[in-house]
Amino acid sequence: MAGLLRDRGRRPAAAGTTADSAALASAVGLPEARTDSSPLLDVSDLHVTFHGRRGRVYAVQGISFSIGRGQTLAIIGESGSGKTVSALAVMGLLPDSAHVSGSIRFKGEQLVGRSEHDLRAYRGRNVAMVFQNPERSLNPTMRVGTQITEAVRCHLPLDREQAHERAVELLRMVRVPAPERRFHEYPHQLSGGMRQRVVIAIALACGPDVLIADEATTALDVTTQAQIMDLLLDLQSQTGTALVMISHDLGLAAAYAEDIIVMYAGQVVERAPAGELFGSVRMPYTQALLDAMPRIELEPHVLLPVVGGRPPDLSAIPLGCPFAPRCPGVQQDCREQPPRLAEHEPGRWWACWHPCGTGAPR
Amino acid sequence: MLASVRDWGSPMTATANGAGVPSPAGDDVLLEVRHLVQEFVLRDYGGAKGGVLQAVSDVSFKLHAGETLGIVGETGSGKSTLARSVIQAPRPKHGEVIFDGQDLVRLPYRALKSVRRNLQMVFQDPFSSLDPKWTASRIVEEPLIAYGVGTRSERREKVGSLLERVGLDAARYGSARPRELSGGQCQRVAVARALALEPKLILCDEPVSSLDVLVQAQVLNLFEKLRTDLGLSYLFIAHDLALVKQVSDRVAVMYLGKLCEIGPVRDIYRQPLHPYTLALLDSIPTPVPPAGKRDARSVISGELPSPLDPPSGCRFRTRCPRAQELCAAEVPELRALGDGHLVACHFPLSSGRPPAAASEQPDAAGARGGQQGGGNLMRRRSV
Repeated sequence: MAGLLRDRGRRPAAAGTTADSAALASAVGLPEARTDSSPLLDVSDLHVTFHGRRGRVYAVQGISFSIGRGQTLAIIGESGSGKTVSALAVMGLLPDSAHVSGSIRFKGEQLVGRSEHDLRAYRGRNVAMVFQNPERSLNPTMRVGTQITEAVRCHLPLDREQAHERAVELLRMVRVPAPERRFHEYPHQLSGGMRQRVVIAIALACGPDVLIADEATTALDVTTQAQIMDLLLDLQSQTGTALVMISHDLGLAAAYAEDIIVMYAGQVVERAPAGELFGSVRMPYTQALLDAMPRIELEPHVLLPVVGGRPPDLSAIPLGCPFAPRCPGVQQDCREQPPRLAEHEPGRWWACWHPCGTGAPR
Repeated sequence: MLASVRDWGSPMTATANGAGVPSPAGDDVLLEVRHLVQEFVLRDYGGAKGGVLQAVSDVSFKLHAGETLGIVGETGSGKSTLARSVIQAPRPKHGEVIFDGQDLVRLPYRALKSVRRNLQMVFQDPFSSLDPKWTASRIVEEPLIAYGVGTRSERREKVGSLLERVGLDAARYGSARPRELSGGQCQRVAVARALALEPKLILCDEPVSSLDVLVQAQVLNLFEKLRTDLGLSYLFIAHDLALVKQVSDRVAVMYLGKLCEIGPVRDIYRQPLHPYTLALLDSIPTPVPPAGKRDARSVISGELPSPLDPPSGCRFRTRCPRAQELCAAEVPELRALGDGHLVACHFPLSSGRPPAAASEQPDAAGARGGQQGGGNLMRRRSV
């Protein structure tokens, strides 16, 4: 791995910070992690509000999650549920019109309220992001190799040749065939899957601790999607990177993630380990998402059970549960008081007064 | 002249396309595509011929009235080009497209235009397929004006009933422009526009791919409802096999411009015969308990080869785990391996029946025996 890539080898991902990463941390001037067990990224009570000419939009209303080394977390929800805005807040990439409050701690360090200069050093090396559309995240006028070396040289003290070597190494790592040749090609010469690999290579250029994949495979074919997801998980087991996948596809999340967070209208409505969630969904919204998914097991021409309506307008904080107007099991108290997200069973969190499948009155 | 929206398939549509030639393939077949070839010549600098992109190569299938044929395949497999060749936009290079008894490929433009009212299309991205400056009503009314249907007040009435039919409140959304509508509502407008001329066949090119799960389910249910209410036929293109299963009676799998497999939906999903179909099925992420998660899945590696220079013989052989020498030498023909289940593969996955065309390959049985051992070439993963 050219000796430069953070090579934590194939050790169990949970082994975490030992000699080599500590050495690397000191080499690039990172503060060392306080303890092994503390989460890498800890977001708590994050609020994002956009101040526009027509008023405020409460895009994210107090979400909390944390992720440790080598873990995979999926954030699920419809468009406009605040998934991407939360991710951009973590990256510090929100525009000035966004007001961020709450806490985002990376290795114990508070990121909310830090200057752009500080965030610039933190991005890329610590947290990197892969976006949905590889065509839009690559510069069409630059060779892909140059785009990778740019990212490398921005954060690491390497000269031109070392950066080139590193870029080719990265291309090989993301399984781009003939990396030496691809290095000199332009994005339009690559297929969609290859472009997304290049974007992943750029994201991994500085060996980030947390990788956020925002609908990274949505624009790709199922076969390519399977390849890219397998690649991401392989890289994760090699480097121990924590992976946050943002998706609207419950099937994808269930197949690849360990933990799943379901968001609706800027709030987390359910959180559970992937294996448990689909056996016993608690939040009616998650159930609605699950029911609406076309599945191979279903017979043809079966009408899918769907809930009507649309997600609420985020320019006002709803009085009760945000899902109440669409919920099939809605009751009077749902409209009056918002349910809080709480851990009702070990590892299982939900925000609902009348959850499914608990025997509680609905 | 103007039939009410509920009276679908009224005599009006039958007389509208002029020539009342009965279909040679029987009354039941609405669309028959025979040996369809679509190629595009690429030009280098100075107009020199740069190469021939073989988008659709020798595709044949039939679509019966009231039936939905799903077409699946990766990006670049020629699904959309196939649909466009069917509506003659642009006209295909070779082959026949027999719709309602007429060969559209040889039909002069005027006659083609009158046939096209029975043949409508719904595209993937509703925002780019609708004029951003037009209101929903005007978008839906446009085909009626183009074909001179009814008076202005009749048209207005019809637009209202069309919008209602696709589940939009005409009073509220009729004057809305696409940017004021959500993706699902835009797609409903696009469907209403396609329905305006009371077509027999709607070609849907990934109509729900850009929509959220809940909205996607709503629009899928709408397609299903229109099919049962109006007796429509669909050619439904998608890359999501689960979604295609939901809507289709039969499914065709395409790879690099060729048909790999076509058959009744239950057979294809229960017993896929082509290795590519199996790979597509295995690529679907499904919420399963973690114990069996990602075990014994076959994920095909590599990418679609260039359609400028497709592989010899079977086009899938470069990525196929079961490929043999024969696959490079000979193009596999579509052959029936079950009731209406056709596959183009020299070594189809075990079908439980002897291959109908086994006589062509005396060595087929032996080669298949050797193939069982080669099955583990398929990349199997366990995590």
